[in-house]
Amino acid sequence: MKLLTHNMLTSKCIRGVNVGYPLVINIIRNMKLFTHNMLTTKCKKGVLVGYPLNIKASDIRISSVDFNPDFISKIIPKIDWPVLYSAAESIGHSENLPKEAPPEDYETNEDFLKIAHKALLEVEVVHGELVCPESGRKFPINNGIPNMLLNEDEI
Amino acid sequence: MFPCLKLRKIEERLQCIQEFDRPKVKLEQYVTPAHLGSHMLYTIQSQYGDIDGKLVADLGCGCGALAIGAAALNASLVVGFEIDQDALDIFQANIEEHELYNIDSIQCDVLNIPERFHKQFDTVLMNPPFGTKQNEGVDMKFLQVALKLSNNCVYSLHKTSTRNHVLKHADSLGAKGEVLAELKYDIPATYKFHKKSSVDIEVDFYRFVVSR
Repeated sequence: MKLLTHNMLTSKCIRGVNVGYPLVINIIRNMKLFTHNMLTTKCKKGVLVGYPLNIKASDIRISSVDFNPDFISKIIPKIDWPVLYSAAESIGHSENLPKEAPPEDYETNEDFLKIAHKALLEVEVVHGELVCPESGRKFPINNGIPNMLLNEDEI
Repeated sequence: MFPCLKLRKIEERLQCIQEFDRPKVKLEQYVTPAHLGSHMLYTIQSQYGDIDGKLVADLGCGCGALAIGAAALNASLVVGFEIDQDALDIFQANIEEHELYNIDSIQCDVLNIPERFHKQFDTVLMNPPFGTKQNEGVDMKFLQVALKLSNNCVYSLHKTSTRNHVLKHADSLGAKGEVLAELKYDIPATYKFHKKSSVDIEVDFYRFVVSR
């Protein structure tokens, strides 16, 4: 939801409510793109790679997380960069992220580390689903928690 | 010694964590008591510096006592893995209550965590099911997963009566285990089959160092 829309909404239609404005936005927790970068559906029967999972997001949020440059530069080599990029792009938050790979001087490039920090730890999917690229199986994300449980006959 | 929040402050945090509404015997859902959890977290950070700035996993996080404590101690990110929807709902409510933004959670079977997570975590924390009743051996399965996920070390609780077995098992998995403390786990009568109002179980607090 855009804040412009929020700005227009009231709950006045509820019986007994006189003003119903402004509505309080409850913050909902979310899955971070770091977590997405690690998830696969390989454990599912018949799936060979199961990576990367497609994201269909219906709700995105940005939360504020303390910036720790040492941590980010340590975690960069673990990240599948094109997957991170396309995940960020698919939910409309790829701004300033390099497309192919991190810059060579990434360990000392604070501007880049801040961009990576935001993409990895601050952009969050609240509601949506993850789709297996091979089987098409959908995994719902509700309240920011991806549900990766499989039925017994799927394992 | 590493910089760390005061023990009392950690315990206060853990004391206001909401517990299971209807704990499930099948999943051996017991809350990690605030006193015990805070001592674990304080030791892990103040003695070994294994939380602040680290990527931390909490296996079978339940209502999230250890995860929330680790997030409060400035882990860069804590990822909680939990199979049970009801527990995750309480966990989410606790996260919101504590206004922590460095926690993520995944609903999945701990024994079925994607391989891409292997060796990614600096520190793995867990208060695993003890493997009693119908769950025999599940504690060692949790340990095996934990050792795979970590590139540095694993902190866990296991029954004191199984110490030799635990140490041998860890050794066979290429990890070096050390008992940091013997603790009394005061389990209030959570389930109908508990006859006494509370039971003290003797548990060991372990640190396992993973071979690189």
